[in-house]
Amino acid sequence: MAESKLDDARAFVTLRRAAPQREPVDERLRHWKEFYQPLPETALREQGARCMDCGVPFCHGDTGCPVHNVIPEWNELVQIGNWHEAVDSLHATNNFPEFTGRLCPAPCESACVLGIIDQPVAIRNIEQAIADRGFEEGWIAARPPTFESGHRVAVIGSGPAGLAAAQQLRRMGHAVDVFEKSDRIGGLLRYGIPEFKLEKRVLDRRIEQLRAEGVRFHTNANVGESVKVDELRRIYGAICVAIGAGVPRDLKAPGRILLGIDTAMNFLEQQNRRDAGDTIDPREEINARGRNVVIIGGGDTGSDCAGTCLRQGAASVRQFELLPEPPHDRSPSTPWPMWPMQLRSSHAHEEGTEREWCVSTTAFSGTAARVERLHAVRVAPDETGRMTPVAGSEWVIETDLVLLAMGFTGPAREGLLSQLKLKLTDRSTVRVDGTHSTSVPGVFAAGDASRGASLIVWAIREGRDVAARIDSYLRELPARLE
Amino acid sequence: MKSLAEPVSQGLYDPSFEHDACGMGFIAHLRGERSHAVVTNALRLLANLDHRSAVGSDAGSSDGSGILLQLPHAFLRSTMAKRGIGLPSAGNYGIGMFFLPRDEESRNNVEREVEAIARANGCRALAWRRVPVNEHQIGMSAERSRPCIRQLFIVPQGVDLDVHEASRFERTLYVIRRLIEKSVSSTYIASLSSRTIVYKGLVRPTHLAQFYTDLADPLVESGLAVVHSRFSTNTFPSWSRAHPYRYLCHNGEINTLRGNLRSMSIHEEQMSSPRLPDIGELFPLIDEGQSDSASLDNALELLVQSGRSLPHAMMMLIPEAWEADTTMSPKRRAFFEFHASMMDAWDGPAAVAFTDGRQVGAVLDRNGLRPGRYVVTDDDFVILASEAGAFPVAPENVRAKGRLRPGGILLVNTTQGRIVEGEELKSDLDSLHPYQRWITEQRIPLVERDPDQTREPDEDSLVQIQKAFGYTSEELRMVLSPMYTTGEEPTGSMGNDTPLAALSERPQLLFSYFRQLFAQVTNPAIDPIREQLVMSLGMNLGPKGNLLDATPEHARQVRLEHPILTTSSFDALADTSLRPTVLPTLFDAGAGVSGLENAVNALCISAETAARSGSGLLILSDKGVGAASAPIPSLLAVAAVHNHLIRERIRSRVSIVVETGEARDVTHVALLIGFGASAVYPYLALDAVSDLARCGLGPAQMDAAQARSLYTKALNKGLLKVMSKMGISTLSSYCGAQTFEAIGLSRDLVQRHFTGTATRIDGPGLDIIATDTLRRHARAFHTVDSDGRLDVGGNYHYRADGESHHWDPRTISTLQHATRSGRYETFKEFSNAANEASRTGCTVRGLLEFVDRESIPLDEVEPTSEIVRRFVTGAMSFGSISREAHETIAIAMNQIGGRSNTGEGGEEAARFGTDRNSAIKQVASGRFGVTTEYLVSASELQIKIAQGAKPGEGGQLPGHKVDETIARTRFSTPGVSLISPPPHHDIYSIEDLAQLVYDLKNVNPAAAISVKLVAEAGVGTVAVGVAKAHADLITISGDSGGTGASPLSSIKHAGIPWEIGLAEAQQTLLLNGLRGRVRLQTDGQLKTGRDVVIAALLGAEEFGFATAPLIVEGCVMMRKCHLNTCPVGIATQDPVLREKFSGRPEHLVNFFFFVAEEVRELMSQLGFHSMNDMIGRADLLRQVAHGEDAKRRSVDLSALLHIAEPASVASREDRGRRKMREQEHGLEKALDHQLIALSEPALTRGERVNVDLPVTNVNRAVGTMLSGEIARRFGHAGLPDDSITVRLNGSAGQSFGAFAAKGVTLELHGEANDYVGKGLSGGRLVIRHPKGSKFLPNETVLIGNTALYGATCGEAFFCGVAGERFAVRNSGATAVVEGVGDHACEYMTGGTVVVLGRTGRNFAAGMSGGLAFVLDTSRDFEARCNKGLVELSAVAENSDAMLLKELLERHARLTGSARARHLLTRWDTAMHEFTRVIPTEYRRALRAAREQLEEAERRG
Repeated sequence: MAESKLDDARAFVTLRRAAPQREPVDERLRHWKEFYQPLPETALREQGARCMDCGVPFCHGDTGCPVHNVIPEWNELVQIGNWHEAVDSLHATNNFPEFTGRLCPAPCESACVLGIIDQPVAIRNIEQAIADRGFEEGWIAARPPTFESGHRVAVIGSGPAGLAAAQQLRRMGHAVDVFEKSDRIGGLLRYGIPEFKLEKRVLDRRIEQLRAEGVRFHTNANVGESVKVDELRRIYGAICVAIGAGVPRDLKAPGRILLGIDTAMNFLEQQNRRDAGDTIDPREEINARGRNVVIIGGGDTGSDCAGTCLRQGAASVRQFELLPEPPHDRSPSTPWPMWPMQLRSSHAHEEGTEREWCVSTTAFSGTAARVERLHAVRVAPDETGRMTPVAGSEWVIETDLVLLAMGFTGPAREGLLSQLKLKLTDRSTVRVDGTHSTSVPGVFAAGDASRGASLIVWAIREGRDVAARIDSYLRELPARLE
Repeated sequence: MKSLAEPVSQGLYDPSFEHDACGMGFIAHLRGERSHAVVTNALRLLANLDHRSAVGSDAGSSDGSGILLQLPHAFLRSTMAKRGIGLPSAGNYGIGMFFLPRDEESRNNVEREVEAIARANGCRALAWRRVPVNEHQIGMSAERSRPCIRQLFIVPQGVDLDVHEASRFERTLYVIRRLIEKSVSSTYIASLSSRTIVYKGLVRPTHLAQFYTDLADPLVESGLAVVHSRFSTNTFPSWSRAHPYRYLCHNGEINTLRGNLRSMSIHEEQMSSPRLPDIGELFPLIDEGQSDSASLDNALELLVQSGRSLPHAMMMLIPEAWEADTTMSPKRRAFFEFHASMMDAWDGPAAVAFTDGRQVGAVLDRNGLRPGRYVVTDDDFVILASEAGAFPVAPENVRAKGRLRPGGILLVNTTQGRIVEGEELKSDLDSLHPYQRWITEQRIPLVERDPDQTREPDEDSLVQIQKAFGYTSEELRMVLSPMYTTGEEPTGSMGNDTPLAALSERPQLLFSYFRQLFAQVTNPAIDPIREQLVMSLGMNLGPKGNLLDATPEHARQVRLEHPILTTSSFDALADTSLRPTVLPTLFDAGAGVSGLENAVNALCISAETAARSGSGLLILSDKGVGAASAPIPSLLAVAAVHNHLIRERIRSRVSIVVETGEARDVTHVALLIGFGASAVYPYLALDAVSDLARCGLGPAQMDAAQARSLYTKALNKGLLKVMSKMGISTLSSYCGAQTFEAIGLSRDLVQRHFTGTATRIDGPGLDIIATDTLRRHARAFHTVDSDGRLDVGGNYHYRADGESHHWDPRTISTLQHATRSGRYETFKEFSNAANEASRTGCTVRGLLEFVDRESIPLDEVEPTSEIVRRFVTGAMSFGSISREAHETIAIAMNQIGGRSNTGEGGEEAARFGTDRNSAIKQVASGRFGVTTEYLVSASELQIKIAQGAKPGEGGQLPGHKVDETIARTRFSTPGVSLISPPPHHDIYSIEDLAQLVYDLKNVNPAAAISVKLVAEAGVGTVAVGVAKAHADLITISGDSGGTGASPLSSIKHAGIPWEIGLAEAQQTLLLNGLRGRVRLQTDGQLKTGRDVVIAALLGAEEFGFATAPLIVEGCVMMRKCHLNTCPVGIATQDPVLREKFSGRPEHLVNFFFFVAEEVRELMSQLGFHSMNDMIGRADLLRQVAHGEDAKRRSVDLSALLHIAEPASVASREDRGRRKMREQEHGLEKALDHQLIALSEPALTRGERVNVDLPVTNVNRAVGTMLSGEIARRFGHAGLPDDSITVRLNGSAGQSFGAFAAKGVTLELHGEANDYVGKGLSGGRLVIRHPKGSKFLPNETVLIGNTALYGATCGEAFFCGVAGERFAVRNSGATAVVEGVGDHACEYMTGGTVVVLGRTGRNFAAGMSGGLAFVLDTSRDFEARCNKGLVELSAVAENSDAMLLKELLERHARLTGSARARHLLTRWDTAMHEFTRVIPTEYRRALRAAREQLEEAERRG
């Protein structure tokens, strides 16, 4: 690699975008591991060199990265090969770049200025590479606080928001207890994201760091049931509710009660448990092997289900989406630097998932209580833009496994929220003000629980923000030194 | 005496901003013979300098003129005898010329007091005489303020003084005058002397003798007379400010005045003189509130009265540039060096004529920035003036002619009957004392133990301390890294769009509240690179001795070559025998806000104690910042100690050195020095640099010692630039000169610690400064920081968690979406966001809101199509931006009836007259592509004095941006870098600007002439001067805009927001009754209808947009304009990137109509039918209340909203709040009307025309209007050669042959003044000495300074010597001349210059193109050539030799040059006596082009 080429202010003209290659489909379908071939260092440094160090980096402000990653700074550091400094720079804004580097849809890239005239810089890959390099080199070590504030905080939920909040709060010197109702730490990251997208060892090594910094984790601790809310209120100066928005949107259609129709989350969790070595009760088992699967919902969760089904050995996988097929390029209604309305195809589509647009499911039918057919109708937008059925377009498809991946309606109300008597919004999320305070003093909320289902990067941002707010809140209280 | 009519400080106007400049001269008899002819001739000389003076709103009242004479004893005796009063013999009485109140009672009181003071000093008031005046000879405002002028005759209490006593009597009169000045109010003494008398006042130079009827009396005789006509930047009638003063008159500007005054008052502490035993009673020796010239006069007078000779005193005050002059004799150097340890130079452009009534002389500043020409006649007269020919002398009567050279001095020695010039005078002076020995013996050496020593900074604590001082990671990356890797200041682009310090939510360093001042119009900025020989960073440290004495001990100081200390030089300094005292500048962080104030007070006391107990050096040190102690802002520490010691009158005992972790960029260091520090040790910055270099965080690995040394170099270079943009050449004069203004800083704080610094917007005080300091400190020591890294900053590049910017991702993208989709709703989204950004902290206008007023329906408001005609786009050169971007703007502006601006890069001729033509053609210092055709293709000609992003600086277009087309447009060579000089070399002073306005108006009488200024303290006063220089339009640019590349420190720290500058201009123009004559325009980040309406209410009639249109064109604020890598094809010439340009004219049209529509909506809300009604209605604005935020609450904008009352003497139209009448340009008197009439056959029928006419110095810009006419009819091609030949006899006025077009030949027998052939555009000039001249033509000055400035083509033959800066910025003309002054061929980019004689210094500085041949018989040319860009060689026997020979032949033929003929007769040997000068880069580019051509030919 010629150094001079990288140092050239015109590198963005001479160098092309490069992204990691996926393993060939038939190979990757045979295992559950991540399947991207990491870019060689040269290619990463070239991508860093393509960064134009914009006076106004759109990748990083309102239009770009929610955690305000100072992207031009670490792009430059990667370009010059100073990985250690890049690791530090990246962690200054993002607690878990190895998650976002793998999972983020990268609004930074759709806002990248280079995108006006060319393909954007491969920002997300650089981010992932920096983070992974940091772990490999051992640069990402525990950074326990230098003193104890004497305050205690309970973080409820161990998804990305809860983890980010916990790490920030701990580094500020507070004693942090994380309560997770499930048997393992990680929330959606643990059970919602397939192993082939995020190997759980990646999650574990980060949790290890938090543990080493002094964050205490409590699993199988369902606050509101196994853990009493009042007790929490008594012990902790502040409570952070970061329980996510896990209630899936259901489909009200005849035949929904038939066997073989399940939620995406149940399906994905089961596979993750299998990957983790758990045994699944055969009565509960949902498996796509040999089945003709229909996934209802055209989003990322649907795609995750599809990838999982294909790896399980499904006979066929179809994905239905209510909305029309978006344009293949950026729609004029969402000019740069906005998040573009455009067709996005995932690895799962490459692996053999068929997509259908403008499909509304009207009913399921089957025999022996198991689904065999899905009844659908074509829809089209009416003059108000609402998708309405097209007369005479009804059709039926054979299927023996239907997965519902239609998004989430909000956090679970029963238990914690009702016992804390938190006020909710119209959208059923926890109501918070600009400081992440809920209607109950000392109780804060962050992440999907208050924001509604969103991106991991937003969860991290909210976790960081809520930590700062809790910190200022605690400073006003007397410390309870032991 | 303050004139009664003079306005006091109000609103944004402050009388201290006044400047003046002018024409001056003297006539003297070589042997001192007295005659009335000397007086009448001097008055004639004065009348011929009338065009160098100015006239304000009232035509009869000039800015003043006057004459200084020897006491006309015969006249006085006879006059007094008629009244029955006998006068003693000459020399035995003195006369005071008093300006007294007209009210009789007060006058009587004053006179009684004056008499008492005379009595108390051993003198007797003999009589008062009313000086007869003819008040009909002066204008209304002059008459209103006219004092009662009376002469007081004073006699000593003994009679018949001998020579010794006569001097003592003169001194007594001085003492008496000083005592009167100190204790008697409402009187002014023009002169009080037994030798000289001054008649002066607010009288036009042409009317002085009619006003003072004494002057017409044949008995009024004198052997010498000094005259002056004044052009001030203000018109407030001031009789006292007319020149001459008691000893001198002055043309120029003292840039370091504030520092000089400070330093004089500091000198008073140690001052004593046996000749002035009671000197203490005379303090302060320089009155406050005078002009710079008057102060200089006071200083000169003091030095002379205490025993120094006139020339000695002048050389102390205005020394030549000795520091960098390697050819100067050691003895001479020692003289200057010794005096530098005692007194700082009074620095600035200056031509001074001085006299004590016995001797008369003149001196010129070190850089030769004012003209001074003289003749000696056969009948023994010496006439010196700002212009040659101002007093016509028959050629056969001329014995010799000459000019004042840079740093030159001359004296008329009447006893010997000859002129004594520089060298001889100076050698007398440098032998006065053994200066060399004194310096060697006394100088304190600085012994550095280990110059390369660097400490390994501890990384953890480094970050912590950096946090305490507010370092950001951005500063390391964008400021320190470039400095230590390149040794240069970092460059940025696209201006500044962050809040003022006082409006920012983030903690600010105290430095950020100050803005650099810069030179505009009244004095030139200097080019610190190309004219380095006049610059110096040297500093003397240690106590200062008695100014009125000279002893070896005066030299007991440490001399630093530059003020940045390294670890080793700092340690060495701390070990010197200056008895340094280290004063910690820390405060107890736990004590909170009040801790700072207490600590500052305690610091001042300790400093005082140290100074009183004999310490010669105070080291203010913030070393030791820790958890418990926070640093006092270093600037506060320095300024507070400096001012405290001045108040205590012990400042001269010590020098101040700062050891600080806070200072890291150029402006920081400049501020510390500007407020009194002699040297700065930036330890933390040096550690940071070592650390960066060691960790390789920057782009390159390098050794820490090398990094520190480059960093220091960058700071020094930056300092030179900061000084030079104010026109200051020596750092010692800059030190303490306070050339900064405070913006939004508490007035009390400024008055106490930054005494005398301009501050018009009140703002945060010490409490908030302390709060900010403690916030930084807490972030370093008291919070648990989760990442342990420095703050991101976001000051230069946008950062979401950093400083706020007007242009952020949201505003940029919504503006683009709106203008591309044509959706007004989206534009509203943009403008709401932009206005909100304004309100939440970015701008001054964000703090303003509209007063409620009855609204009118929207349809009653004038249409958008009218409003958009007031819109113009900013000056962005073709070259800095691409052709696509440039033309798109022009097309859009022509479509809407607004005006686009060429910028300073010229314009492709194919665009003239088409829809791509820019209506505004800019004339900037580089004069690129400024042809006559270019000028006549404009409807507005804009003289760019300064630009918002880097006022006071030049520019450079890097070679990689100069492609074929751009080179053609700019008359240069592809691939060769182009330099724009910092100043216009034809504007060193306000009267020069008037001349350029006149020149341009001559070329294109139909075009409006505009002058672009940048807002700073005093811009209103400059605007007044510009209005008086007859500009039609004045642009006040804000600091924030700027699309080109500039040093980051200039982007951030120079200039102020347009709101303040515009309001100041509006107020000051109104006060002067001149507002009605000019249009006002403003620009600087205007974006929305609200911005436009606020600008209109503050006084603007027109509105400039630059950044916003670029964003509409696709700019995304990359801030990469300087790199040629603009990815959207705007600020680049890269063909690949230009392809990416996506802007369209209709997007711009949408933008301007959207803005206009918003303007209409606001007009409807405010009840205005037309924009005209709205202009200047600042009463409709008020400051918004800021409830919570203590910082913003402290900001007070009332000065901005002050409504000035127009001057009452002005006409109704002049008093308008907007332009109501046209300027009187005086074009009707131009000689060219005759020339055009006589040339009619050539113009219409192509016949040859010959014209013969006489010419005098009042005929300015001869041939210019004719050439404009030719270009209009025939374009750049002009007429065939010699179509029109004009033969002239006499002394031509300035700008002879300016912009002369092809086909015009001007032949002059006589002489010419400055700016001959300015912008020569194809014409031919031939000038030779008059027939019958007796002096040696080859050795005698023939034409003035700055000939052929910006010439693009044509030829010139001068059979004589030219002044300084011959052929500066020539890009294509061919010239032959027989000798030149300093800086010849500076910045030349093309053309050929042949010099058949001696050259001055600094030949070819910044010359990047063209050829020069210099006859170097004595083989010493090389030492005077600046070889930065050029190489020297012999003339080879090829095309060069042929070219040279042919030029000599033509020169001989056209001018009859004897020297040329002689050289030709022995050509074979003569040829080898020439040296060829060619720029290296140019030679390479030529060779490359030739090879390319040959290659192409080979290929067929």
